[in-house]
Amino acid sequence: MSNPAALLIDFGSTYTKLRAVDLGDGTLLGAGQGPSTVTSDITLGMQTALDNLEERLGALPDFKYRLASSSAAGGLKMVTVGLVKELTAEAARLAALGAGARLVDTFSYTLTKRDIDSVTANEPDIILLAGGTDGGNSDVILHNAEMLAATELTCPFIVAGNRSVVDDVEIILRDAGKDVRVTDNVMPALGSLETEPARAAIRNVFIERIVHAKGLDRAHDFFDQLLMPTPAAVLEAAKLLSEGTQDREGFGPLLLVDIGGATTDVYSVADGEPTEGRILQQGLPEPYLKRTVEGDLGMRHNAGAIVETAGRNVVARHAGTTEDEIEALLEEISRDIDHLPGGANERAFDAALARSAIQIAVTRHAGTVEIVHTVNGPVAAQRGKDLSRVKTVIGTGGALVYGDTPASILSGCLYSGDEPASLRPRDPKQLLDKNYVLYAAGLLAEAEPEVAFDFALESLVPVNGMPGKEEEHELRITSG
Amino acid sequence: MTPPPERVKRTLVTGVIGSDTHIVGNRILSMALEDAGYHVVTLGALTPAEDFIKAAIETAADGIMVSSLYGQGELDCRGFRDLCVEAGLQDILLYVGGNLVVGKQDWGDVEQRFLKMGFDRAFPPGTRANEVIQLLDEDFSKRNSGVGAAGQ
Repeated sequence: MSNPAALLIDFGSTYTKLRAVDLGDGTLLGAGQGPSTVTSDITLGMQTALDNLEERLGALPDFKYRLASSSAAGGLKMVTVGLVKELTAEAARLAALGAGARLVDTFSYTLTKRDIDSVTANEPDIILLAGGTDGGNSDVILHNAEMLAATELTCPFIVAGNRSVVDDVEIILRDAGKDVRVTDNVMPALGSLETEPARAAIRNVFIERIVHAKGLDRAHDFFDQLLMPTPAAVLEAAKLLSEGTQDREGFGPLLLVDIGGATTDVYSVADGEPTEGRILQQGLPEPYLKRTVEGDLGMRHNAGAIVETAGRNVVARHAGTTEDEIEALLEEISRDIDHLPGGANERAFDAALARSAIQIAVTRHAGTVEIVHTVNGPVAAQRGKDLSRVKTVIGTGGALVYGDTPASILSGCLYSGDEPASLRPRDPKQLLDKNYVLYAAGLLAEAEPEVAFDFALESLVPVNGMPGKEEEHELRITSG
Repeated sequence: MTPPPERVKRTLVTGVIGSDTHIVGNRILSMALEDAGYHVVTLGALTPAEDFIKAAIETAADGIMVSSLYGQGELDCRGFRDLCVEAGLQDILLYVGGNLVVGKQDWGDVEQRFLKMGFDRAFPPGTRANEVIQLLDEDFSKRNSGVGAAGQ
């Protein structure tokens, strides 16, 4: 009699991916893959993936859990609205990103007619409305609620603003026939960030409304629950690996980088407090569980932007080629964004692109420290999270997992003497998610934390100890 | 002692402007204001002018209390009122205090310079907190009766 198993599904934008896990010892039983068919009939891709899994396993085991995440149908499209750009608008943005959303628009101050047109055109799945600390500014959130109430938008609204007027905001939207949920302020007092309640509210709305609205529930025969957007599942995995469980010791503070075709996502699980001497912390505190998404850094959809930001010469140097050659390779990608690297020069170019994308994305995610000269002498001032002492960095995403030189690619995330102000990890253990299972471990984390932990751990290998070429082909499961 | 109700609903933003790390006086003032019943939002040392404004918007503050103790106050505070006007805070009460200038200068001159910059009041070193609180009460009650807003 074999152990019970879990089926972990990701309805991605390109592929429907499956991972089957043995719940006895947390090992990967097998993987299956089908196309993403959310836009036509979601069950087709799911069935193909399941057939694929069955073929590899011989027979499908009994699944005790069948849990799913999704980044299909454009992901969880959100618009966030706050008051001051660097304060409540930023807090709302961080809450939405932490919930795994794809931000299509972020606004601060009063919404204009033009802003409203843009919101409507973007067809968000959820709008997060913040603004004002508790007892603080109330005019702007009331104005913005009135503006949004007057639209034809049918998406749910989550209100996470000034507590003193949330009742009024709720009434304004509800009277206009909107679906409104009220949660705690993302910034109850100036400088205090409380993104967890908003994150939880987003997740609930996702389960209750979005899964149905996007037609994902048409595959309900195949899963028990569609729990969260895929990036939220990856963040859950990062949290699990960092904190461990009752019986498993965690890795402590960690950084996770996921490099994809359209974006590069960075996750950190760390308080990010200053690690050295007397350092003054400036600016907004940042969430312990932080996710950032760089929409301009995707391996395929915006390779040109990576080259532009990193510098043509830098990418050429890392790829061991000339700037002209880089230009030609870029053109090739723009002609066919599904193009997978073939020749040695293409592979080297991809690796250089990925390394630059990771370097830029992690630099934006990590905090900075700079010396401020005062009459009392120099003082170090930190903004954002200090990740310099982070002991573990995990890399995932096709370009890393299937690249020839993952160690070189991932090293883009490390501290560099060229940018001494950037508080990136100095000397971390560097691991790769070789079986591409982090989303799956994140999905399983709540129900079976120990199994999920062992399952994720099994997939993590030191960046220099990747399997050889042939083995790699066995494992090749393309990212979505 | 219960603070007067008109203070309780007032929010004040405090901080030390510019590259100035002298936080002690500002902290004492913040505590005294809080004890007096005001709602105080403390920004602490090394605060750029823009951060005072952003905090005041988000908290719907009634007044901003700027400290400067390292002699560069005049430079740091230049254009402060203009920034407030630009951000829609034209009516906010602005106080500044500390060692505002370098060297031995006539306080009357210094005060005039800061009033001209748009601060409602400027305070020399050694000012007691209760003196500030008394003037806040006066200024806010003037505003309530519409005197302060005359001509706007």
